[in-house]
Amino acid sequence: MSAEELLRVSNLKVYFTQTRGVLLRHGTGIVRAVDDVSFSLRRGETLGLVGESGSGKSSLGRAILQLRRPTSGSVLFEGVELTTLSGQRLRRLRRKTQMIFQDPYASLNPRMTVGRILAEPIRLHRLTSGAGVRRRVSELLHLVGLNPDFAHRYPHEFSGGQRQRIGIARALAVNPSLIVCDEPVSALDVSIRAQLINLLEDLQQRLQLTYLFIAHDLSVVRHISDVVAVMYLGKLVEVADSDDVYEDPLHPYTQALLSAVPIPDPDLERRRRRVRLEGDIPTALDPPSGCRFRTRCQYAQQRCSDEEPALVEVRSGHSVACHFWEQIAATRSAAMVKEVS
Amino acid sequence: MARVLEVRDLRVEFRSRGKRVRAVNGVSFHLDDGETLGLVGESGCGKSVTALSIMRLIPRPPGRIVEGEAEFEGRDLLALSDDEIRRVRGNSIAMVFQDPMTSLNPVLSVGRQIGEALRVHRGMGRLAARKRTIELLEQVGIPSARQRVDDYPHQFSGGMRQRVMIAMALSCEPRVLIADEPTTALDVTIQAQILELLKRLQGELGMAMILITHDLGVMAGVADRVCVMYAGYIVESAAVDEAFKLPRHPYTLGLHRSLPNLVRGPRQRLVPIEGLPPDLANPQPGCPFQPRCQFRLDRCANENPDLEEVTPLHAIACWVDVTGGDRHTGQPRHPGVAVAG
Repeated sequence: MSAEELLRVSNLKVYFTQTRGVLLRHGTGIVRAVDDVSFSLRRGETLGLVGESGSGKSSLGRAILQLRRPTSGSVLFEGVELTTLSGQRLRRLRRKTQMIFQDPYASLNPRMTVGRILAEPIRLHRLTSGAGVRRRVSELLHLVGLNPDFAHRYPHEFSGGQRQRIGIARALAVNPSLIVCDEPVSALDVSIRAQLINLLEDLQQRLQLTYLFIAHDLSVVRHISDVVAVMYLGKLVEVADSDDVYEDPLHPYTQALLSAVPIPDPDLERRRRRVRLEGDIPTALDPPSGCRFRTRCQYAQQRCSDEEPALVEVRSGHSVACHFWEQIAATRSAAMVKEVS
Repeated sequence: MARVLEVRDLRVEFRSRGKRVRAVNGVSFHLDDGETLGLVGESGCGKSVTALSIMRLIPRPPGRIVEGEAEFEGRDLLALSDDEIRRVRGNSIAMVFQDPMTSLNPVLSVGRQIGEALRVHRGMGRLAARKRTIELLEQVGIPSARQRVDDYPHQFSGGMRQRVMIAMALSCEPRVLIADEPTTALDVTIQAQILELLKRLQGELGMAMILITHDLGVMAGVADRVCVMYAGYIVESAAVDEAFKLPRHPYTLGLHRSLPNLVRGPRQRLVPIEGLPPDLANPQPGCPFQPRCQFRLDRCANENPDLEEVTPLHAIACWVDVTGGDRHTGQPRHPGVAVAG
């Protein structure tokens, strides 16, 4: 793993105005989908972004690619500020940043053959022309494990897993360095999902790709990520190396999230003690004051509603946004000692 | 334990574009009082169609129950008249579906929808039904049930809507509850709440449950016994611990190996099941899993094995027992090697 920084996101905010009415359209509130998020990503690495629905992980992914302009903050990609770029210069940089979507069927044009779907970005970015395009399309199909003869077929002729391979081939068509994968395997069955995860890993190795991997499935994220960032209501609450997040989670939300994941081992499931999280995730329209997790947190105190905890690096490479992470860690290890003895 | 439901040789077909799609191909299983049977498998394996057939909810056309029996309280559910099955449905056998938003009526208050079952099946008056409805909402953990009974489905969150569905299913204290992917649409922390609720209520009411899921983790935490389905067949049936620790059918083993691991340490490459599930409109001779199976023998191409017990209460439909046991002597030669990697 090289230490070169490919992407740096600083204080990124994405706000949406909620509107009402048709003729007299007026704002009724502001949804803070992404609120002051900062992180960085090194070349060749995979950052897993996890969180529940409404946590803002997809909005964050789109804002990084400038598919939705952020409200404020900065996105530095290969040293270039993306948020102020426009027109030709933005298009040129977009070639290097691509996206893979969750639903491969909805993101492929049903009226275009696979060959045309893959040729379009190659032509638009003028990467090659004429017979070169056809050759490149075959090469891409081969790269993602599809028969190059499939180029004349339409998306509906493929299974879900094959369609996702086409989505990956399209992203690769322009030789990107960063790919935002937004729930790329969530719609797929277990046996097919494993094929696609292996493919993504192989491609990363071969093409030195950098992934921002957005998913709600924590087992998949652990498997594929070097670094994991946990998001709750528009904020990052914990960022660390994958193993540290899973073996030694410091934020009470991460702890609860991990303990809620069902594990395919009946023995373990029987023995496990779950951190119970009451209630639902609050709305980003009116997030709780202070720490946004405090309404569901078993350790919440007065300070949590008065003062918002910052994301602080508390150990090497391990950041957490919680006032009481140390006390919580002490309580937890004490409880574990008691359990063992 | 008393047997509450016995399904024998169920076959279900659908007509699609002039073709016969064989969705369920001779499925037999039983359910004992108070136990949870898990039906697990990937999309299109026939697990939902099996459940809907028991409830006689297969739309006809295009669907048709070709043959089979489902014996419940001394009667064959598949032979009952429409009037008779209506008295069973929602009364002694109830069902919870995946998506509570599409299975609740959006223009009726939740109280009215729950009350309907009580008035129809139990002949309760309006006030009695309302009183019981509020009790039910409290029982499934909906806060301030008295106020919320008149709310409409859209006023509830996804998790709360699923609680409403469960309250409705339990209103007549069924002997059997069929839960079809009850938590698939929910976030993991909410999923944990709902699964815990289902387990608690099952204990309180002493009902038997059929849980349908594609998630092996959910299965491990909830089921007592597991039936693994593939291409409309049950390919393995065992107690939950055996199904996870000593899977004997190559498909079950393949599912386990496809899963990324949340708990265990270093990252290993996943072992996917190569290929795609078969086309049910175009069944081939032999075992349906054979084209994807790495343990395949010559006879697998021509002879489809029946589901037979290899050891007491552990049955597979396979000529090869992946633990090394012979299916006719029942002695595993290499016990315990199954889930390596």
